[in-house]
Amino acid sequence: MPATRQATLSVIGKAQPRVDGPLKVSGKAMYTSDHNFPGMLYAVPVCATIANGEVQKIDTNAAEKMPGVRAIFVRNTIGKLFRASEGVAFDAEMSHVDENRPPLEDDVVRYYGQYVALAVADTFERASAAADAVKVTYSSRPPNVEPRLAPETNQKVESERGDAAKAFDAAAVQLDQTYDLPPETHNPIELHASVAVWDGTAFTLYESTQGVVNHRNVLAQMLGVPKENVRVVSKFLGSGFGGKLFPWTQSALAAAAARQLGKPVKFVVSRRMMFQSVGHRPRVTQRIRLSATRDGKLTSLRQDWVNHTSILDDYKENCGEATPFMYSVPNLRVTSAQARRHVGPPTPMRGPGAVPGLWATESAMDELALKLGIDPVQLRLVNEPKIDEGLNIPFSSRHLKECLSTGAQKFGWEKRNPSVGSMKRDGLTLGWGMAACSWIAERFAFAASVELRDDGTARVSTATQDIGTGTYTILALLVSERLGLAVDKIEVALGDTRLPPGPLSGGSMVTASAVHAVTEAAAKAIDALLATAAKAHGSKFAGRKASELEYTNAMVHAKGESASSGMPFADLLRAGNLQSVSGAGSSQATFGSASKPKFSSHSFGAQFVEVTWQPEIARLRVSRVVTVIDAGRILNPLAGRNQIEGAVVMGIGMSLFEETSYDPRNGAPINSNLADYIVSSNADVPSLDVHFVEYPDTHLNELGARGIGEIGLAGVAAAIANAVYHATGVRVRELPIKIEDLIV
Amino acid sequence: MQSFEFVRAQDASAAVAASARSNTAQQGASVRFVAGGTTLLDLMKLNVERPLQVVDINRLPLDKIEPLPDGGLKIGATVRNADLAHDPIVQRDYAVLSQALLAGASAQLRNMATTGGNLLQRTRCMYFRDTSMPCNKREPGTGCSAIGGANRTLAILGTSEYCIATNPSDMNVAMAVLEATIHVQGVKGVRSIPFTDFHVLPGNTPQRETVLEPGDLITHVTLPPAPPGSRSFYLKLRDRASYEFALASAAVVVTVADGKVARARMALGGVGTKPWRSTEAESLLTGQLVGDPAFRRAADAALRDAKPQSQNGFKVELAKRCLVYALKQATQSA
Ligand SMILES: Cc1cc2nc3c(=O)[nH]c(=O)nc-3n(C[C@H](O)[C@H](O)[C@H](O)COP(=O)(O)OP(=O)(O)OC[C@H]3O[C@@H](n4cnc5c(N)ncnc54)[C@H](O)[C@@H]3O)c2cc1C
Ligand code: SF4
Repeated sequence: MPATRQATLSVIGKAQPRVDGPLKVSGKAMYTSDHNFPGMLYAVPVCATIANGEVQKIDTNAAEKMPGVRAIFVRNTIGKLFRASEGVAFDAEMSHVDENRPPLEDDVVRYYGQYVALAVADTFERASAAADAVKVTYSSRPPNVEPRLAPETNQKVESERGDAAKAFDAAAVQLDQTYDLPPETHNPIELHASVAVWDGTAFTLYESTQGVVNHRNVLAQMLGVPKENVRVVSKFLGSGFGGKLFPWTQSALAAAAARQLGKPVKFVVSRRMMFQSVGHRPRVTQRIRLSATRDGKLTSLRQDWVNHTSILDDYKENCGEATPFMYSVPNLRVTSAQARRHVGPPTPMRGPGAVPGLWATESAMDELALKLGIDPVQLRLVNEPKIDEGLNIPFSSRHLKECLSTGAQKFGWEKRNPSVGSMKRDGLTLGWGMAACSWIAERFAFAASVELRDDGTARVSTATQDIGTGTYTILALLVSERLGLAVDKIEVALGDTRLPPGPLSGGSMVTASAVHAVTEAAAKAIDALLATAAKAHGSKFAGRKASELEYTNAMVHAKGESASSGMPFADLLRAGNLQSVSGAGSSQATFGSASKPKFSSHSFGAQFVEVTWQPEIARLRVSRVVTVIDAGRILNPLAGRNQIEGAVVMGIGMSLFEETSYDPRNGAPINSNLADYIVSSNADVPSLDVHFVEYPDTHLNELGARGIGEIGLAGVAAAIANAVYHATGVRVRELPIKIEDLIV
Repeated sequence: MQSFEFVRAQDASAAVAASARSNTAQQGASVRFVAGGTTLLDLMKLNVERPLQVVDINRLPLDKIEPLPDGGLKIGATVRNADLAHDPIVQRDYAVLSQALLAGASAQLRNMATTGGNLLQRTRCMYFRDTSMPCNKREPGTGCSAIGGANRTLAILGTSEYCIATNPSDMNVAMAVLEATIHVQGVKGVRSIPFTDFHVLPGNTPQRETVLEPGDLITHVTLPPAPPGSRSFYLKLRDRASYEFALASAAVVVTVADGKVARARMALGGVGTKPWRSTEAESLLTGQLVGDPAFRRAADAALRDAKPQSQNGFKVELAKRCLVYALKQATQSA
């Protein structure tokens, strides 16, 4: 019996609608571009129309004379912008950018859309017109945006055990295939935006960021001012999907322009620029080699990947993230390499590394199952490891087998006829496929403060931000659980560097990191309250020892006596003329920690997909998806389900539609709009079945919660490709799966 | 986007007079009518359309759908796509038109888009919409970026070495098989243009898409009465299930007698530089026994002259399957 079912929790684990929902549906939630200030100016960049070359001349004459134009900034007029040093720790000192070169640093153009000048005017329209009127002369060379990737660096060994080559050569059954993923662009509905206010000494930067603290640390360095002179605010995000983890160059440009002009400056990136200058998931090619005994025991696994990166930055898409521990295999070798292209810097996108990696390895497992004549679910079960064979340590909590069997049962997998194209319904051919998935379960450093106030409410604060995933609600739940206060009596303050340092919203780690910090802060606030109760004038308990007192559901009472015999904490505070008492709490980081962990901590899952195929009109649709996830205790099932469903929707897009295409001649991401870069529409999404097997992973935090933001995407592409093969007999190894792949 | 003057036409003659001052009625026009604005404003924001004057025709009395004495239908130029699609007469007699309209765009766009505007919607070729790239249609003589570039969605029929852009409209494909007539009021008075003569092939002047001249205002479209006993069908094939332009589409109107095709009208969308009616396929199918073999022969004929580009070869087969399937649907015994 998992611990969860014994623990008595009152609000955790119950469906809680978002506490910020009313603000959002009434339009009162302030997103970055909603911030306006008196005298505010608008910045619109001039984007390079070459991907490789130099700026020779920038003619700003006509633009400068246009109505409302305040400045056209170029390299030598924007003011000094520094590079940010890399702060590696994932804590309050963190400092990371994926594009290291400050904007306008030199005249070299290394990707299409790179900002080469900045028009600032009193309205957005005038700034746009001025940016259009700037004439830039380039010396241009042919860009390299070649989609075929060959390693340009030596393959770096990421993980190795045994002798994979030897085992492969000796094996009875072998598989050697290459899987490709095109560049994908994050397309959160909210565009990247920065509104910079400079008061002569300090900056307040309103940003659409997944990490206010990191953003502050980076921008302070780039602007050359002390950290305390930069405040970053990000109250609501229209999501980020990883694209807003690290600052992009528009932020430094807006701040620099505000400083030069002494006026607030707003810079909203256009949808087209979203494809050029604010990151993307890089193109990845992966060669997978598997070998097995005839009864399906893996004898070797090799994964060699190459991802593209930009000319100046060394972005690694960590495709081998899940490979070393997914299955039991004595001989393994995982290697990585990069290839430079004239593209903007890549950046993490939902499930970085694991999502592309599992697309390849889980497709390969399906192909191997076919070769072996073994059911694909069975093949995974046969190769279930006892420990993490990569690190040689036990798993903190691994229930992949249960995910597989539960998923198979919910999906009706036992009715699957393995022969291609054999299953039919309503005149349609059915394809059934599955894949396993995994995602890291770690913690970032997290600091929080909880206050109890004299009006009977509480306030929890931390600098971390809610990127739309439900962090406001989770923090309210954690405080509600510990204080026994209703959720609507709890104010949650987030997204401001003035608050206790909170982490990036990344890696699905915020909730797991928050549990201990927030619970501890609430406990400390109670301690402070009891100490006060023992002292305050007018307290029923004045003169008693704090240790003789207890807090239960908003009441302070003597130990051993009923809560109702006590005094409401609000009365206590008022009696003592105190507005509030507070406590601070923190969690330490496990992520990026130098010491070897005792346990291997990961979430797992299984995804089962049905596609329908109509060969007479080459129409493929996804008709069913069952997802079973092992992600520890689910604190809010509504948010949990929502995250998995959203990830599956994204996975359908990744599998069937999404691809950023670079024009080979000028290197432009040519389909840079939402009509030509296709994502799933509602009509592409069938009803989605989501289940959680709840085994609290208390090695990570006292509630045993892990993250759920990314894992739901990790198996979808392989499961769809495997289902497509089952329906059509066509094995697609390059995403997205297009009509032309199937119309044979 | 450049500044422009916005005027509201009080009546059709005022609209015609304003537009008559335009240098052209084609790409580069200095005066443009605006109806729903879903094509025009989009392209103005991209600097692809740069009119100095925009003439609003939404207040003109061109928003009626009226039955004609001969049994046909008169559709005003500013009738919204949504209203047309849901009109009971259209649904009963011209199902293919309703289906085509509803397969297009989104509910919000269809609420704005008009009959006249839809006839004139511009290509979705990505290079046409990107002013940093050469494009013969946008700037004659600069070259065609799509040939040798991203051309997966572009045309395989009616192309030239100057332009391979697709006419993206769904409605137009239905109008072609319904043998619509387009009624225009111009500087020299009114005239009517058979649908097949309205759009022109790109040839070496891809900037020219229709026979319209400065001053020409589309006032309405008429449809002849539906042939007795005929049935129609529209099928649109695309990557995702909704809200995407056609990779291939087919509109058919067929009359069957004694198991044979007595009359057939067929047109393809998503594959031609103009709405692609194939009279060759129509005559080939007429008199044939209903069924796959004849449908497939007709489809082969319709695509005989297809010239695929580097990325869109699959459209040849896709368009054939699309047409065959539409014919099957329209001829299934009711
Ligand atoms: C995101 C998106 C998706 C879309 N998807 C589809 C799709 O799947 N299928 C599809 O078929 N269409 C699609 N469309 C196109 C849409 O159908 C057209 O934009 C619409 O029909 C144009 O009508 P309008 O009234 O808005 O035209 P406007 O933009 O007002 O005008 C278009 C042109 O026609 C001219 N014009 C308008 N009325 C007249 C008149 N009476 N006389 C002379 N000239 C006139 C204007 O001057 C202008 O040049 C899509 C559009 C968008 C923006
Ligand atoms: S196909 Fe036509 S519209 Fe597209 S780039 Fe070529 S000329 Fe321009």
